[in-house]
Amino acid sequence: MPQIICQILFSLLSIGAIYWFVRNVKKIIRNIRLGKPINRNDQQKKRWITMMKIALGQSKMVTKPIPAMLHLLVYIGFIVINIEVLEIIVDGIIGTHRVFSNLGSFYNFLIGTFECLALGVWLACALFLIRRNVLKIKRFSGIEMTQWPRSDANYILFTEIALMSAFLLMNACDYKLQTIHIQHYTPAGTFPISKWFIQLLPNNINTLIAIERTGWWFHILGIFAFLNYLPYSKHFHILLAFPNTYYSNLNLKGQFSNMTSVTNEVKAILYPNFTPSSTNTAEHFGAKDVQDLNWKSLMDAYTCTECGRCTSVCPANQTGKKLSPRKIMMDTRDRLNEVGKNIDKHGTDFQDGKSLLDNYISREEIWACTTCNACTQICPVNIDPLSIIVELRRYAVMEESQVPHSLNALFNNIENNGAPWKYAPSERLNWAKNSQ
Amino acid sequence: MADFTFPTVAELIAKGETPDLLFWVGCAGSFDERSQKTTRAICQILTHVNIKFAVLGTEESCTGDPAKRAGNEFLFQMQALTNIDILNNYQIKKIVTACPHCFNTLKNEYPELGGIYEVIHHTQLIQELIDSGKITLKDGGHFKGKRITYHDPCYLGRANNVYEAPRHILEQLDGELVEMKRCKQNGLCCGAGGAQMFKEPEQGTKDINMERTSDALDTKPDIIAVGCPFCMTMLRDGVKLSHQEQSVEVLDIAELTLNAAGITH
Repeated sequence: MPQIICQILFSLLSIGAIYWFVRNVKKIIRNIRLGKPINRNDQQKKRWITMMKIALGQSKMVTKPIPAMLHLLVYIGFIVINIEVLEIIVDGIIGTHRVFSNLGSFYNFLIGTFECLALGVWLACALFLIRRNVLKIKRFSGIEMTQWPRSDANYILFTEIALMSAFLLMNACDYKLQTIHIQHYTPAGTFPISKWFIQLLPNNINTLIAIERTGWWFHILGIFAFLNYLPYSKHFHILLAFPNTYYSNLNLKGQFSNMTSVTNEVKAILYPNFTPSSTNTAEHFGAKDVQDLNWKSLMDAYTCTECGRCTSVCPANQTGKKLSPRKIMMDTRDRLNEVGKNIDKHGTDFQDGKSLLDNYISREEIWACTTCNACTQICPVNIDPLSIIVELRRYAVMEESQVPHSLNALFNNIENNGAPWKYAPSERLNWAKNSQ
Repeated sequence: MADFTFPTVAELIAKGETPDLLFWVGCAGSFDERSQKTTRAICQILTHVNIKFAVLGTEESCTGDPAKRAGNEFLFQMQALTNIDILNNYQIKKIVTACPHCFNTLKNEYPELGGIYEVIHHTQLIQELIDSGKITLKDGGHFKGKRITYHDPCYLGRANNVYEAPRHILEQLDGELVEMKRCKQNGLCCGAGGAQMFKEPEQGTKDINMERTSDALDTKPDIIAVGCPFCMTMLRDGVKLSHQEQSVEVLDIAELTLNAAGITH
């Protein structure tokens, strides 16, 4: 294929890939914005520090050292090898070959580093595949881990292995062509890993060039394809981990959100002279569907990479209850995607008669939660399944009065006697009498 | 027995005095027979160190914690606003609680509703008293050679990052503090939080308190130390159902302190 056609083709594919990616990301942003407002723009310094520590520094990964090491390798590999992608894109558009090679010894260092990382990523992904499919680590299973989430995880790992293989193959051919002094393949770069494979490659120059070009195209097209896979996949966490930790809940975990709409109504009951300062009343209390949640909960849902740490520490889940915090997040995302698709197809006013509560998350799940915060503590990207559970409970209690029987008794007792049990306020000092 | 006095705030106010510290007893501390012992222990400690404290007595009401966790924000705010009226009316500045749930609610959720107080948990108060030399935990005695494990209440630990005060007290005892495999940030809930204390658990393979009790029993303890009346109930039930109640005691840190400090009045 003539060079100029390759360049045009490459440029069109790049534009197309970026266009589709941006289009899908915009849909996700639109969906997140369907959520209710919540102010997470305060304490900016603290937010930056949180993001730096938890997303960039992966400080919450260390509780599990082996996956933490492997994940770190893939993460660093992903970031550093993207410098190489930059060169590939420039080469592809302007028709050069290894355009950065005039950086000299620094270029050698770069390529050497990429190769080592590529091997590291390759091995880490292979080990991840073994952990998922051979060792069958418990937290990768569960009722929510149906066919698609399992396949999604495997597709990601296979793709990364394929991309790294193509990269190393491309380099191996390039290096072999360099050693036999083929024009266009001027010596540039060091190849600490791929040089071991050159003996396995054919000696025919045209075949070598063909393999090198195939590796090059496979690598970059693979990256474009992977980029466009992200918005459909749990792997989107590689981008959302950063804003999601920036917008973390910075309050103490014990402080549940205050409902000002309720305060107005309660004050109106308690103080007959009370006039509310603002007249904003909620359409309804709590959450029945995803639009009733705040936007941060929706961002949480798109950030979740289904690692299952939350579920593995959940006291309810460990004792065989149906509740799984990971399922709460996956259900929220699946329902939000469904709502988004409805908007695309039928416009914003369309109602499909379904909701997050009942169609996705059952009552049995939300009532099994002990609000112990183990899930929010362990999440490596500060996702908060608990706030979703509490919003669903608020809807069930305040809009529907549908609560487990014993909780109704609890509410009655508090309302009538000011205690969760059936004791009169006059008995409050009995503890002192008992000591006599 | 007990010649310690525990005035109510109303009584103090009637005498033209105000308490330096309000002891928020909590529902379990008021009504649950086992937790009443913890309440009395805290009162004895406060009396011993001559802190001018008072209780609300019949004027105390549920903080609204279980209602809030269960999603009943109306009921929570009814309770909170009523309690805040009483507390503000008495110009209460500092509160100690015997229950991490009351502690969390008063400390973190009342300020937005107009109730701003310095709120501490009784383990924090005891730690302060030890640090300032007002109480000393005598060596030996009851705890010599005993293995003590501590169960972190969720609403003291993860919810409020109080992990060290209770441990600091236990380290003063002459026993050996042994940690469970899941402790501090990784501590497992006893199963009572989020209003679970007041309802039947959902269907599962076992009860959460049994799972947690087995964590505790794995450390081969003589004493399981707790800092929460609900954890107390859950773990005592767990120990009983594991047929270990003859060899393993579940005690609140206030009771351990009282015993080790030799406070008898």
